[in-house]
Amino acid sequence: MLLSQQKPLEEILRFLDGEKNIFILGCNGCAEASGTGGKPQVLEMKEALEKAGKKVTGFSVVDLLCQKALVQSRFRGKAKEVKAADSILAMTCGVGVQAVAAVSNKVTHPACNTLPLGGMRGEWQGSERCQECGDCVLDLTGGICPLTACSKSLLNGACGGTTKEGKCEVDQEMECGWRLIYERLEKLGQLEKLRQIYEPKDHSKMMPPKGLRLSERWALEQGK
Amino acid sequence: MGLQESLASKKFVVTSEIGPPKGIHIQEMLADADLLRGRVDAINVTDLQSSVMRLGSLAVCHLLQEKGLEPIFQMTCRDRNRLALQADLLSASVLGIKNVLALTGDYASLGDHPQAKPVFDLDSVSLLSVIKTLETGTDMVGNPLSGAPKFFAGAVVNPGGNPVEAQIFKMEKKIKAGASFFQTQAVYDVGAFEKFMKRVAPFRVPVLAGIILLKSAGMARFMNKNVAGVFVPEPLIQKMSKAEDRVKTSIEIAADLIKELKGLCQGVHIMPIGWESKVPAVLEAAKL
Ligand code: SF4
Ligand code: SF4
Repeated sequence: MLLSQQKPLEEILRFLDGEKNIFILGCNGCAEASGTGGKPQVLEMKEALEKAGKKVTGFSVVDLLCQKALVQSRFRGKAKEVKAADSILAMTCGVGVQAVAAVSNKVTHPACNTLPLGGMRGEWQGSERCQECGDCVLDLTGGICPLTACSKSLLNGACGGTTKEGKCEVDQEMECGWRLIYERLEKLGQLEKLRQIYEPKDHSKMMPPKGLRLSERWALEQGK
Repeated sequence: MGLQESLASKKFVVTSEIGPPKGIHIQEMLADADLLRGRVDAINVTDLQSSVMRLGSLAVCHLLQEKGLEPIFQMTCRDRNRLALQADLLSASVLGIKNVLALTGDYASLGDHPQAKPVFDLDSVSLLSVIKTLETGTDMVGNPLSGAPKFFAGAVVNPGGNPVEAQIFKMEKKIKAGASFFQTQAVYDVGAFEKFMKRVAPFRVPVLAGIILLKSAGMARFMNKNVAGVFVPEPLIQKMSKAEDRVKTSIEIAADLIKELKGLCQGVHIMPIGWESKVPAVLEAAKL
């Protein structure tokens, strides 16, 4: 799941400067869940663009804009409207915009900003996050990820800035991750684990392995 | 006598600090440093303190060194990755700078360039390990260096940390990683500090208690509310708010604290934060 937020209308209109005919694409995936690319938002956008003097040649809400094959087949169904447009406005996350740009031969504008989630979340969303660091340290931290739970992604314990209320010095809305780790280890009777010195992270492990980049779907889309 | 020798000699050691200016006019800063000449054992030079962009610590350490003062090069992990940190350590070494204080650093969003990308490639503990590794004549991945640098590395600890046990675990780690001395967050509550010192006594490593000159009762209340691990007891706040001459009272408070701390730790680290000119008076009042 990616979280998106609609850009201010002025910014979108700036992108469309000098273009008259626009085709709008919405997405029923994460963008719908974020309230940024579902049918209601697409209709609102249509109205706003028309008010600003644009002509909306057509619009469509696709199940997943990040799925290039789906986008392509929708384009076939809407060939005339798409062809008549100077550009496409994609109301979706950054992945969706890139997928649309890759399969359309039109200028594609993003209507949204994709917001950081501070790491990937599970399909069933709780507060736990993983930054896919390639070398999991959870065994030493009582099952709380220091990379995502600590603002500075510290590996060797709290920075000394934990507030009196136990919050993070960087963002007082956030619990200090290292305080949580301390409390968890204490509860587990594993405070000894705090003595171990962590080697600095091997950032090369955070590059996706070659094999994973060649996923089945990727291969299908490349026609291989 | 260098900082390492002063600490080894078991005398009561005093360090203080200067903050490089935002810009290139260094006269005032150097004058502040001169006030400390002969009165302190070493002078910390802060590294973009509070995440505010300014003149760098390494250059200022070099200037102090040239003037015959003993600098402590503060190094944070906020702005440099492991290549830049190692390179700056080598640079410090060829400039004759020996004392390094390894810090994690404040977050970038707290300073005047909140848009900056925070680095934190290493943390204070791994930076200490890297210092030790360089001293063996290789870089942190094992490549040989032409000539091994020699440092005297220190670190910080927050005796009022939350929870303090976590700070003590980390302190132990820092010692294992190579910290030979500690400077602390500001201490006002001597009783609490005494308890802390009892717990870390087995580590047998010199601790310099942090002293921040109280400028007003308002500042004390502000710190109590906002600064992690700092607690100014109410009687001190009262004393400041009733003071006729705030500077005089502030100096008195600092000097009294130092006298009380003398039996508890191996020295003090005075952070004047703008009141550099008052440091000599504090030391006189504390009979140091
Ligand atoms: S340590 Fe690494 S792999 Fe484990 S949860 Fe955190 S980011 Fe994910
Ligand atoms: S306060 Fe806690 S969570 Fe925040 S940066 Fe420091 S250690 Fe990490």
